[in-house]
Amino acid sequence: MEQVTLFLQQLLNGISLGSIYALIALGYTMVYGVLRFINFAHGDIYMLGAFSGFLVAPLVTRFIPLQQYDTFTPQNFFTIACGAGLVMLTSMAICAVIGVLIEKIAYRPLRNKPRLTVLITAIGVSLFIQNMTQYFFGAEPKPFPQLIPVHPIEGLGDLTILTTQAAIILSTIILLILLRFIVMRTKLGMAMRALSLNPMACSLMGVDIDVVISFTFALGSALAAAAGILVSLDSPSITPLMGNLPGIKAFVAAVLGGIGNIPGAAIGGLLIGVLETLVVGYLRPELRDAIAFAVLIVILLFKPTGLLGRVEREKV
Amino acid sequence: MSRARLILGVFLLFLLVLSLAVEGVLATTFAYYYDVLITIGINVILAVSLNLVNGYTGQFSLGHAGFMAVGAYAAASWSNHLDPVVAGVLGGMGNPAATNVCLVVSMLVGGLLAALAGLLVGIPSLRLRGDYLAIVTLGFGEIIRTAILNTDFLGAARGLSVRGNYTNLFWTYGLAGICVYTVLSLVNSTYGRGFLTVRDDEVAAEAMGINTTRYKVAAFVIAAFFAGIAGALYAHFKAFITPEGFNFFRSVDVVVMVILGGMGSTLGVILAAALLTILPEILRALAHTSFMPPAFQGLLENRLIAYSLLLIVLMLTRPEGLFGDPSAVRRRFIRTRPK
Amino acid sequence: MTSKRLELQSCTIRFGGLTAVANFSMVVGPRELVGLIGPNGAGKTTVFNMITGVYQPTEGQVVFNGERLNGLKPFVITAKGIARTFQNIRLFPSLTVFDNVRAAFNVHLAHGPRHAWWRGGKFRAEEAQIETKALDLLKIFNLDRHRDVMCKSLPYGDQRRLEIVRALATTPKLLLLDEPAAGMTPTEKKSLMRLIEFIQEHFDISVLLVEHDMRVVMGICRRIYVLDYGIKIAEGAPEAIRRDPKVIEAYLGEEPES
Repeated sequence: MEQVTLFLQQLLNGISLGSIYALIALGYTMVYGVLRFINFAHGDIYMLGAFSGFLVAPLVTRFIPLQQYDTFTPQNFFTIACGAGLVMLTSMAICAVIGVLIEKIAYRPLRNKPRLTVLITAIGVSLFIQNMTQYFFGAEPKPFPQLIPVHPIEGLGDLTILTTQAAIILSTIILLILLRFIVMRTKLGMAMRALSLNPMACSLMGVDIDVVISFTFALGSALAAAAGILVSLDSPSITPLMGNLPGIKAFVAAVLGGIGNIPGAAIGGLLIGVLETLVVGYLRPELRDAIAFAVLIVILLFKPTGLLGRVEREKV
Repeated sequence: MSRARLILGVFLLFLLVLSLAVEGVLATTFAYYYDVLITIGINVILAVSLNLVNGYTGQFSLGHAGFMAVGAYAAASWSNHLDPVVAGVLGGMGNPAATNVCLVVSMLVGGLLAALAGLLVGIPSLRLRGDYLAIVTLGFGEIIRTAILNTDFLGAARGLSVRGNYTNLFWTYGLAGICVYTVLSLVNSTYGRGFLTVRDDEVAAEAMGINTTRYKVAAFVIAAFFAGIAGALYAHFKAFITPEGFNFFRSVDVVVMVILGGMGSTLGVILAAALLTILPEILRALAHTSFMPPAFQGLLENRLIAYSLLLIVLMLTRPEGLFGDPSAVRRRFIRTRPK
Repeated sequence: MTSKRLELQSCTIRFGGLTAVANFSMVVGPRELVGLIGPNGAGKTTVFNMITGVYQPTEGQVVFNGERLNGLKPFVITAKGIARTFQNIRLFPSLTVFDNVRAAFNVHLAHGPRHAWWRGGKFRAEEAQIETKALDLLKIFNLDRHRDVMCKSLPYGDQRRLEIVRALATTPKLLLLDEPAAGMTPTEKKSLMRLIEFIQEHFDISVLLVEHDMRVVMGICRRIYVLDYGIKIAEGAPEAIRRDPKVIEAYLGEEPES
C-alpha cells in the first residue's frame, strides 16, 4: 500500500513539473509550426517571465498584501487568486511584447535565409538575454516573493499536495483550455494553423503572415512567462540561467510529442516531467538532467516525427 | 614530396627552433602573453577542426566542448596513472625527452578516445540535419559533462588535478599546424570534395556515388580527434580541469569562432580564433581603464555579451562570416594546379 | 552481355494510399536511347527515383546488367553504373564548374583519406589524371572556358549541360536524363540532341530520357514509353506513339507537337 502511495506521490510531482515543461514546450512547437525553426531563446523568455514577476510583484503587493496570508481560507482565496493572477498576467503581457520584439528585430530579417542562420541568431539572442539579465540582476539567485501561501492541502490522506503544486496544475489546465479555444476558434488561431500547413497558400489567401507570426510569438512567450511565474511559486529562487535546462527539456518534450503539434507538446511535457520525477525517485537523482537528452536521442533515432507528428518527405 | 607536406615540414622545423629559442623567456618573463598565446593555439585547433564539421560538411555541431572534455579527462587520467610507467622507460620524470613523450602519448590517448566519442555522435547525424542535429550534439556535450560530474574517479564536481603541465609552444602550434594541414589537405582532394558535396546537396551527392553517411561520420571522427588533442593540451596546460570548463558556453565559443571566420574558410577561422581569444582580454583591459564608467565594467568583462551581439549582428549583416564566400576564399588560397 | 541493360519488372510504388507507379515494366538495351514521356504528374520522375534507389519499389524489381538493385542505396547504384540528372537542377552550388565535375570522380576513387592526407606520388598521379579527364569532359560540352566559374552563375542551359557532364564523370553505363531540355532555347535544344547522340555513341552508354519537348524525344529516341497516372499506356517507335489514340487522349489539350 505504501508503495502505491509513494508512486502516486511521485506521479503527482511529475505532473506538476511536467505542466511547466508543457507550457514552455507549447511555445517551441507553435513557433516551429509556423516558421520551421527552433527558437533557441525560448527558455530565456521563461526566465524573463520569472524576473518580470519578481519586478511586478512588489507593485501588486503594495495594494494587495499577498505576503500576509499564511494559509488559504475560503475567505481569502479570491483575493489571493486575483493578486497572484494579476502578477502572472502582467508578466505574461511583458514577455509577449518581448517575444514579439525579438522576432521583429532578430528573426524577421532572416525569414528567407537558411534555417541554420536563424538558429545561430537565436543562440545569440539567448546568450544576450541571459547575460544582460545577469548584468542587471547579478548572477546570484534572487528570492522570488511569496504570492500564495505555501502549505500542504488537507484531507488527501497520505498524499502531500502543496498549494503551489495545485496552483501549477490548475493554472496549466486553464491556460491549455484557453489556448485550445484561441487556436481552434479564433481567426488568428485558424490563420496560425493554416500557416503551419501551407505558408504559400496562406499568403495567397490574403492572410497577413507577419501578424500571424507576431501573434504566435506573443502567445508562446506568454505561456513561457506563465511557466516562469508558476515555477517560482514552487521554488522561489530565480537566476538568469534558470531557463537553460527547462528550455532544453521542454524542447525535448515538443519533439517527443511531435514538433509542430500542439496537443503533442502538452502531452510530451507531462511525459518528460513524470519520467524525470520517476527517474529521480526510483533510479538515481544525478540522472535528472541527462534523462531528457537520452530521451531526445532515442526519439530522434527511432521515431523522429515524435508521438503525434507527421512526416515531411523531401522532394527529389 | 608534395608542396603541402613540404610547407608543413618547414613550419614544424621553424616552430621547433623558435620554441627552443624563446619558450623559456616567454614562459617566465612574459607569462601572461605566453598564456594567451597557448590559448590561441588550442582555440585554433578547436575551431579549425569544428570547421570541418560545421563549415565544410555543413552539419551543425554544438558539442565540441564535449569532445574536448573527453580528450582532457582521458589525457589527464592517463598521465595521472601511467606517466611514471612511460617516463620510467625514458629515464624518469623530469627528463625533457620523457616529458615530451608523455605529452604525446597522453594527447594520443585523449584524441583517440574523443574520436571514439565522435563516432558515437556521428551516428545520429546520419538521420538528422540542421537544428535537430545541433540540439543532439548539445545534448551529447551535456551528457558528457553530467557523466564527469558524477564520476568520482574523475574528480566529479571538485575538478581533477593533472600531473605535469607539459604543454608548450611547440606541441600546441605544431598540432595546430597539423590540424590545419589535415583539414586543408583532405578538403583539397577528390576524396575530400565529398565533404563539400554533402554540405551542398546530399541527394545530388548520393546520386554522384558519394557515400554521404561515411563522410558525415568521418567529419565527426576527425574533428573529435583534434578536439580531444586540444583537450589534452588544455589539461596539461592548466594542470587542473573541472567539468564547468567544458560546458555549453565553451562549445558556443568555438562555434562563434567558426562563424566569424566564415564557415568553410580555414584561414578565416584561424584568424577568428586568434581574434576571439584576444578580444575578452582587450575588453577586460578596457574595463579597467580609468575613463571607463563603472557601469560598463560588467558589460565589458562578460565575453558572452560581446559574443552574442557579434553573433546576432553577423547573422543579420554578413552571415557568411568575415571571409565572405567560402569557395572564393578557397580558390584564392589553394590553387588547383598551375595551368 | 545480355541484350537488356536495364529492366524494370512490373514495378509498383505506393506512397501511403497513393499508387504513383503501377505494374510498370520496361527494358533499356545496351547503347539504346529510350524515351519516357507522359503528362505532368504521370510518375516519370518517380520511375527515375525508383531506378536510382531514392525510393524503393513496393513491388517488382529493378535489374541492371543482370543484377537486382532493390534495396541498394543510391550511391551504390551509381557505383554500379547508373547516373542521373535532376529535373530541378541540383549542382553543388558552392563549387566551381570544374570542382562539380571532379567531385563526381569520387565514386571510382582509388585513394582514400589516408592518401589525401599524405599526398604521395600515387595520390598526385590520380588527381592529375582526374583533372585531365574532367577537363576533357568539359571540353566536349564546350564548358571548359567556364572551369573556374561558380556553377550557380552559369546560364541555365549551361547548368543543365554541366549536370550531364557531372553525371558522365561517374562513368555510367546508363544515363538517366530528367528533362534536360527544359528552359533551353531552340538552338540549345538542337545542340543538346546532337550531344546526347554523340555521348551515347562515344561512351557506349544507354540513355533513358524523360522530356516534355516532343521534338527532342521524337527526334532522338528509337523507342518510347508513355506513362499516364502511373500506368504504361503505350510503348513503341516514335511514329507509332505519335499516332496512338491512347497517347493522344492522355495529352488532350496539349497535343503532341510534331
